[in-house]
Amino acid sequence: MTLFRNIVFVSALAGLVAGFAMTLMQYAGTVPLILQAETYETAQPVAHDHGATVDAGHHGEGVVASAHEHDAQAWTPADGFQRSAFTALANIATAIGFAILLVTASELAGGLSGWRQGIFWGLAGFAVFTLAPGLGLPPELPGMPVADLDHRQVWWVATAVATAAGLALLTFKRALPLAVLAVGIMVVPHLVGAPKPPSFETAVPETLAHDFVVMVSIVSLVFWVLLGGLAGYARSRFMRAA
Amino acid sequence: MSTNQTSLPLAAAATPASRILQLGLAAFLGLFVVGFAGFSHISAVHNAAHDVRHSLAFPCH
Repeated sequence: MTLFRNIVFVSALAGLVAGFAMTLMQYAGTVPLILQAETYETAQPVAHDHGATVDAGHHGEGVVASAHEHDAQAWTPADGFQRSAFTALANIATAIGFAILLVTASELAGGLSGWRQGIFWGLAGFAVFTLAPGLGLPPELPGMPVADLDHRQVWWVATAVATAAGLALLTFKRALPLAVLAVGIMVVPHLVGAPKPPSFETAVPETLAHDFVVMVSIVSLVFWVLLGGLAGYARSRFMRAA
Repeated sequence: MSTNQTSLPLAAAATPASRILQLGLAAFLGLFVVGFAGFSHISAVHNAAHDVRHSLAFPCH
């Protein structure tokens, strides 16, 4: 199990550092916007009704924006240190998970040769997990109108898988028909289209939502470049051939 | 793992079948970790990772 152990070791190193850096970037960039949006969310008269009642009178359809599915009975970290600590933990876990996927995929292609190659794999991760799903499902603030969670999760995962498959075909196969097929695979989820909310009405100001999209994209870009670069460095440093 | 840099290259250390098994296991582990942190419907997990889910543009709420 040397290969498995090495993948996990390299990924844990890269994920630990990138996840921690991600936490710092979030606290500088995205979390202030989330907190600001939450003030609009709680100000909404129908917020937190858990979708039990939908406002059918004005819109014809239920306004899912208000159906913020927080279970009031469920444990929630207290604001302040506890919330930040769990954010850091979740970031590091997610970063290690993403790193494992990145390193595993790159082993199929012969393994990362160094930090520079790692950065290109990180850019691929950015395209697969941030750019492509974000086209149809832009980063959303609390209180933004959203479609059904299951539908969005399915579309998100399908889009990430299709983009990864398309990029792999484009990069590692050299035949023109396969390149055409690769672009097709990447385009299909967007032709199908992401699930749309029944209404786009929200109390969250548009400038705030726009700032959030930009901030999430930029933070994710730096995160993925860092994660890929670190993984490439660790792979070449600790798993180098004799 | 040892940091001994004279260790065998990864590809030579495993048979093709074992290699595929280990890569499969690793991929499964990675998907499980990301899925748990980003996609779990368990409320406590959602609440703990709330800001992360929004900041990474995972579908949330």
